[in-house]
Amino acid sequence: MDSAITNTEHAIHAEHEHASLPQHRHHFETEEQQREVGTFGMWLFLLTEIMFFGGLFFAYLLYRNWYYPAFAVASNQLSVPLGAFNTVMLISSGFCMAVGVWAAEVRKKNLLVLMLILTTFFGLVFIGVKGVEYHEKYENHHIPGADFSVAQFVNPAAYGIKEQPLSPDMAQHTEIYFFLYFAMTGMHAVHMIIGIVLLFWLIRRANRGDFSSGYVAPIENFGLYWHFVDIVWLFLFPLLYLINRHPLH
Amino acid sequence: MAHEIHTDANDASNVTNPEHAQHHIVTPLQYCYVFATLLFFTGVTVWAAYLDLHWANPVIALAIASFKAVIVILFFMHAAYQSRLIKMTIGAGFFMFLVLVTMTMSDYISRSWGLW
Repeated sequence: MDSAITNTEHAIHAEHEHASLPQHRHHFETEEQQREVGTFGMWLFLLTEIMFFGGLFFAYLLYRNWYYPAFAVASNQLSVPLGAFNTVMLISSGFCMAVGVWAAEVRKKNLLVLMLILTTFFGLVFIGVKGVEYHEKYENHHIPGADFSVAQFVNPAAYGIKEQPLSPDMAQHTEIYFFLYFAMTGMHAVHMIIGIVLLFWLIRRANRGDFSSGYVAPIENFGLYWHFVDIVWLFLFPLLYLINRHPLH
Repeated sequence: MAHEIHTDANDASNVTNPEHAQHHIVTPLQYCYVFATLLFFTGVTVWAAYLDLHWANPVIALAIASFKAVIVILFFMHAAYQSRLIKMTIGAGFFMFLVLVTMTMSDYISRSWGLW
């Protein structure tokens, strides 16, 4: 009887010790259950993000259909080489993040820290190139608002732009293209900046060894977020930069 | 003992649920294949943008973007190895988005017929 009680107490004690692991909190039955709950919650958050960016993509689709000539000419002012370079930067960043998740899962601390640093580096390069592109739009008065100018669209030849001139009323609608361009790439960049801030925090914790003893949920769930931001850009790049190179007449 | 309850056929607390999938680890080699595929199709989509394919230009660009997104979701985001609950959740989200787009499109198209 005594030994049975001791055994039970021992079992309870053992269970409590086990339940104190960050990858197995006491309110979850198993580690698998906790991990799946975390993944489930992260995906629910990402679905709200799909709705959010989806609305912007849909606005772009309708306005492009409505003011097609303005959207085609305005879109062709973007630099495809810079956009393609940034796409490669983001894919590389996503690849490093994916390898980082693997490194956490197989408990390679140094590789995880290295991959998180590379993920951050490629992300920062992306933001930097985006800054260069935004600056070029500023210089050309293509940022919607009081300084917006349609001069390059009503008289492209004067600026060395090989496009057909737009009528003044259609040229006004290029402002809607640039509004959507800044809204979409800007919201994407905000997500990148939030991600980079989180990456600094994760690098510090990874370096401390928080994620190399079986507790990988923060790395995995941040990975999901980072890949989602990646996917948004995979659609932004063709829609904003590429599909108007040969407008229908 | 407390742990023996977990093997009972009556699994009221949902512990032995086979749907709590084992933690599948995707290997770096698989990630390399995905990375190479993404880079290749980025090249293809830029190349295709400079060909004059009329209405097919945006169709091809969006098809390539969708394909890239799917392989990112399946492998980088591990969706291919998750439980049915997670797969259903992801599918339901995209389906919901499709429903919203369809409803908005049918409103847009039917308001001033012919003036799209």
